Amino acid sequence: MDILISGLLLGGTYALIAMGLNLQYGVARIMNLANGEMLVLGALAAFWMYSVAELSPLVTMIVIAPVAFAGNWLIYQLLLRPLVKRAKTSGQLEVDSILATFGMSFALVGIMVAIHGEYFTYSFLASPFDILGTTVALNRLVAFLVAAVIGVGLVLWLNYTRPGTAVRAVSVNTEAAKLVGINVPRVSAIAFALGGAVTVVGGTLISTFITLDASIGVIFTMKALIIVIMGGVGDIRGSIIAAILLGLVETAVATLIDPGLTLVAAYVIFLGILLFRPQGLFGKRAS
Amino acid sequence: MNRRKMLSRLSTALATVGTASLLTFSALASDTVKIGAVAPKTGPLAGGATVTQWPTVDLWVAQVNERGGLKLKDGQKKIELIAYDDKTNPGEHIKAVQRLATQDEVDFIVAPYGTGFNIAAAPIYAKYGYPQIAVSAITDKIGELTERYPSLFFTLGSTTAFVEGVRDVLTGLRDKGEIGNKIAMVNVADAFGIELAEVARPIFKEAGFELVYDKSYPLGTPDLSPIVKGAKASNPDAFVAWSYPPDTFGLTEQSIIEDFSPKAFYTAVATCFPAYAGKFGSKINNNLGAGGVNPDTPKMKAYRDAHKEVTGKDADYWASANTYVSLQILEQAIEGVGELDREKVTAYIKANTFDTIMGDISFDNQNSNKFWTVGQWQDGVFRGVASVNVEGAVPVRLKDGWK
Amino acid sequence: MTQNGWKELGLIAGLVVIAAFVPIMTDGYWLTIAVTAMMYIALATAWTLFSGPTHYISLATGAFFGVGGYLVATGMSDHDISFWTMAAVAPLVAVALAALVGAATLRLSGIYFVIFTLGLAEMIRGLVSWVQNNFLGSRGLYVLTDFTEAHIYWMLLGVAAIVYLIGWLIERSKLGFALKIIGNDEGVAKHLGINTAAAKVMLFMITGYFTALVGVIIAPRYSYIEPNLVFSPELSFMVVIMALLGGTQRLWGPIIGVIPFILLWETITVSFPYSTTLFLGLSFLLIVYFIPNGVVGLIEKFWKRRDA
Repeated sequence: MDILISGLLLGGTYALIAMGLNLQYGVARIMNLANGEMLVLGALAAFWMYSVAELSPLVTMIVIAPVAFAGNWLIYQLLLRPLVKRAKTSGQLEVDSILATFGMSFALVGIMVAIHGEYFTYSFLASPFDILGTTVALNRLVAFLVAAVIGVGLVLWLNYTRPGTAVRAVSVNTEAAKLVGINVPRVSAIAFALGGAVTVVGGTLISTFITLDASIGVIFTMKALIIVIMGGVGDIRGSIIAAILLGLVETAVATLIDPGLTLVAAYVIFLGILLFRPQGLFGKRAS
Repeated sequence: MNRRKMLSRLSTALATVGTASLLTFSALASDTVKIGAVAPKTGPLAGGATVTQWPTVDLWVAQVNERGGLKLKDGQKKIELIAYDDKTNPGEHIKAVQRLATQDEVDFIVAPYGTGFNIAAAPIYAKYGYPQIAVSAITDKIGELTERYPSLFFTLGSTTAFVEGVRDVLTGLRDKGEIGNKIAMVNVADAFGIELAEVARPIFKEAGFELVYDKSYPLGTPDLSPIVKGAKASNPDAFVAWSYPPDTFGLTEQSIIEDFSPKAFYTAVATCFPAYAGKFGSKINNNLGAGGVNPDTPKMKAYRDAHKEVTGKDADYWASANTYVSLQILEQAIEGVGELDREKVTAYIKANTFDTIMGDISFDNQNSNKFWTVGQWQDGVFRGVASVNVEGAVPVRLKDGWK
Repeated sequence: MTQNGWKELGLIAGLVVIAAFVPIMTDGYWLTIAVTAMMYIALATAWTLFSGPTHYISLATGAFFGVGGYLVATGMSDHDISFWTMAAVAPLVAVALAALVGAATLRLSGIYFVIFTLGLAEMIRGLVSWVQNNFLGSRGLYVLTDFTEAHIYWMLLGVAAIVYLIGWLIERSKLGFALKIIGNDEGVAKHLGINTAAAKVMLFMITGYFTALVGVIIAPRYSYIEPNLVFSPELSFMVVIMALLGGTQRLWGPIIGVIPFILLWETITVSFPYSTTLFLGLSFLLIVYFIPNGVVGLIEKFWKRRDA
């Protein structure tokens, strides 16, 4: 029971890390290596507002989400759109976006270090909460709930609304989407911006229970990429399920076998899934 | 940085890259003493260096310059600080130290931050004869390293001494009948964490303790609750975590949530950071951690006040002070020699006793055997409770829940 | 073609000879930069050996490099094995690793391979740290030798030269021909009866060997090995960026990519010591936008224009 609940909560954290990247990579086709830095930026905002103005990270989260959306929309339009236009093949775009977003991640680290070079550490809702006899941290529970709301919201939006359907169409086949009259650049920009906003929101929440610093983003980028690939590129449900699976397995390994092996276990699962379902849990088999 | 200096840097750079020749470029006349410093501003160690290393270096430079500069035989000279970011990358670090030595031609260099970086840079310091008064370097190879590098000095102690400090604190409590002999030990599975755990196992056993829980966790583990739960389930008398900064925070927070509070609760690196108390407030009262200071001596008080005033931040309760001590030693040695001759300054450091904020410091075989090993948060201040040759340790208190 | 090939080899041999004299001309700052450059040249050339023809972007550099550095350190400081023994053993371990990883993942399409290799360094680090923590124990990983920067430089130069030679030979062998077809169209290659998987794995193993060897050689320079610094994801990215900056269509691409990059890096570090990372990031962006096909692309464009 302990394992189930703690694992679910950790899975929620991982979902927060990965959902945004899934939108960015699955729809806008940008393998965003600055994803982790974007997350840390959210954490920095929450920390900063908390230490300067004692503002609750939850308030920061609500305030920062639209800002992050606008910021990421601009990044896409100004920095990434030219690469998309220029790329003749998807391979070319992949290479270009790796290079460009890697550059961006450096630039973001540089900016964040200038703002606050120390650890972002503060205490928010760090109190025990009892679920069915298992003690969990309230801040993790809150993060899990927000992750659930975002996750369910995204799935519903993607599947039951017109704009959501357009986003899915672009994710499945860019060319065909164009043919049926979808404004692909606009949809891509929205998906990228939305992904960025989700990631930043994730960052504000994660900062309440994990101590971050300006340079730690790459760790989150790696986790996010792995989850997205595990779940299947372009399918938000896949990412959520992969995140929860990862959370459960890591917690189970840490509790039952040895906490030293969590990282290894995560990669073994990842490898296993790749070998038996190379397209990811929910991915469509590539033609 | 003013504009003129910026321009001169830029032109230096352009000239260096453009001509690719070995022009020695002295952009400024030698009316200053040039001091170099390389430490991380980004990368995994940056979070620690920006607390412990950089502010103290800035403070020292500001203080020396405010009093008119270093007193040399040919008059007082102000310090010009040239600082580089090594990005927590040994290759970058080596390059930056070389650059300081041969391009910027600095007179002295502040020792690096981190054990690995001190050792990686030691050959260059040795080659150009820079005295290297290492602070943030804890190793059991002090003897071998100082023999190899004649201008390398150690000031923060050895791995074994650190573990022995913890052992002494715990045996003290046990002998008084306040705790039993069951220890739950965890460590971060990275260089220093593995080393400490390895050293600790036989030392704890020899002292008659029983390790009822002994696990490691990977660097950057996002959820430490299984570890804390495991440790709690083993029902220990003492909890010892050989941890790095992010997990020191994480383990403590998780222990509060699980209400795991053995009578002795020790976490290693960063327990001494003001941010630790900032985060947890009074809850961490009586927590044990690596390091410590005696904050009550007038000199230490003056240093801490000045640190706050000049840099706007609090000094940590451990290596910040040691870093300042190393700079005081450098300062007094330069002034004692009266010139910028590095060989003479190194010899001076070896031969003399220095009056510092941690009392008198002198080196025996390039090692100052005077440092704090264990500290404890007592009513908002992290005080040293165990040391090697430092006075002013206060009695250890028992932890009594998270309040 | 053949004549051009010999010309190319001669040119490179000449460069190697010239490069060998660098430590005699300078032993300070420029040598340090040369060591850094040579490390990246060796790594990027080894990377291009595999990724150039196959178009797989490998982020496994950090993993192989880490295996090299880590094994040398643990062998020397925990088991008193000599540097040279470890230098012989460590790259073979990396080869075995490459074979394993290659066999498992090289049948996946590009992007899955990218992500898997990205995670590889983390996974290996986790594994070796755990093994060391629980079974072998460690009192700190020291690599104390009497090598100077010049020695390390020459060793790296040797590795770079050998990698280049192997690449040159492969290009002119049946394996090279097979790889070219695979790179263009794997389906066609399969139809022609080429064992595409074996060819790719083979190449990946060679890359793994030399990448680990570079890690071995760099270990004495670092002197004290921390697993999280040698199993570095950042290194993997840097190598890819330098190789792409040079251009991967030619084996000599990385060489002319690395040198300007290192000089640019240095200029930025010197000019903006307080915000190096920020300006490095901005310069990456400028490179992507203004030198899309790498330095090789620039040069070839220039040649074409001259010929026209």
